Amino acid sequence: MTIRTVGVIGAGTIGRGVAQSFAQAGYDVVLVDVSARQLDSATEQIARDLLVLLMLPGAAGRGGGEDPARVLARIRTATTAAALADADFVVENVTEDWAVKRAVYEEIDGVCRPGVVFGVNTSAVPIARVASATGRAPNVLGLHFMNPVPMLDTVEVVRGAATSQDTLDTALALLGALGKTGIVVRDAPGFVTNRVLMPTINEAIFCVQDGVATAEQVDRMFRGCFGHPMGPLQTGDLIGLDTILNSITVLHDSYRDSKYRPAPLLVRMVEAGLLGRKTGRGFYTY
Amino acid sequence: MTDSTDTPTTGDARARIRAFLVPHMSGQAITDTDDYFALGYVNSLFAMQLAAFVQEEFGIVLKPEHMDFDNFRTVDGLVRLVGTAA
Repeated sequence: MTIRTVGVIGAGTIGRGVAQSFAQAGYDVVLVDVSARQLDSATEQIARDLLVLLMLPGAAGRGGGEDPARVLARIRTATTAAALADADFVVENVTEDWAVKRAVYEEIDGVCRPGVVFGVNTSAVPIARVASATGRAPNVLGLHFMNPVPMLDTVEVVRGAATSQDTLDTALALLGALGKTGIVVRDAPGFVTNRVLMPTINEAIFCVQDGVATAEQVDRMFRGCFGHPMGPLQTGDLIGLDTILNSITVLHDSYRDSKYRPAPLLVRMVEAGLLGRKTGRGFYTY
Repeated sequence: MTDSTDTPTTGDARARIRAFLVPHMSGQAITDTDDYFALGYVNSLFAMQLAAFVQEEFGIVLKPEHMDFDNFRTVDGLVRLVGTAA
């Protein structure tokens, strides 16, 4: 099947970045979200980010040289899944809540043509579970894009137990057309990225909780000793401590291994509304 | 709290720009002419955050003519951008 139109469900941070990436690569995009306001915000941010790409060195290599108005013209927005009837490929990025995702998949399974691949952008839900909520398990795989999507050239691709080779080939070729590389991993809770990163951040939080070092010292250690651009606590604040807590809890519940138990300090901070950048205060003040 | 659509005085704009930048500079102090991208304090991903900040803080709608990297690399550049685009 030739892919011309890509459906993107969810116009949050990741969804709008996915929509932008596909539009930059010349695909028609249908961006769906229940909230018209979120769609307006998405369009506005995409327009602005396209402008930024115009001026960044090396941007042309990322499809950043085209007139933003032309790229934007390829993105159509809609508030209902019915708009996905013509989609040749779908990427889903709604909130990490199985009840919400399941309802989405049950609906789009009926709307989309047979054979259309569903790329599940999740870090928390097993691909097998999503696949079993549809009648097209071989066409379901995980596509874990990370923020900021247009700037990153690597995507975690998750092969479910039922995912067909054809689906994998289609998805990898499509990522290639975006200038991105998919790294295929197997379907296990947290895949690779979350399973390794979340306990790292959690452990850094234990260091602060236990008075081994301050947050600033921990982050400076990672930047200065390992050459990381950003330390784990800065990263936690950027991702959102509520998201970190949710992710580590999912790992804890899935693996029943105490190494994933959330640091009490993390729990206290989230309960107190200290979520990081999104609330103006986390380990740092913004 | 000033209304973000007021035309800012240069000093006021400079103060607000610095207040935004400082927490992102990994604890390093910056002068008005330091290029924080070239110095490696931030990477190119930060350019998108800067564009969002300029828009939200000063009510500026960025256009292609504003998108010269020199307008974003230093405090002086941002002050100049806000002055001409507001």
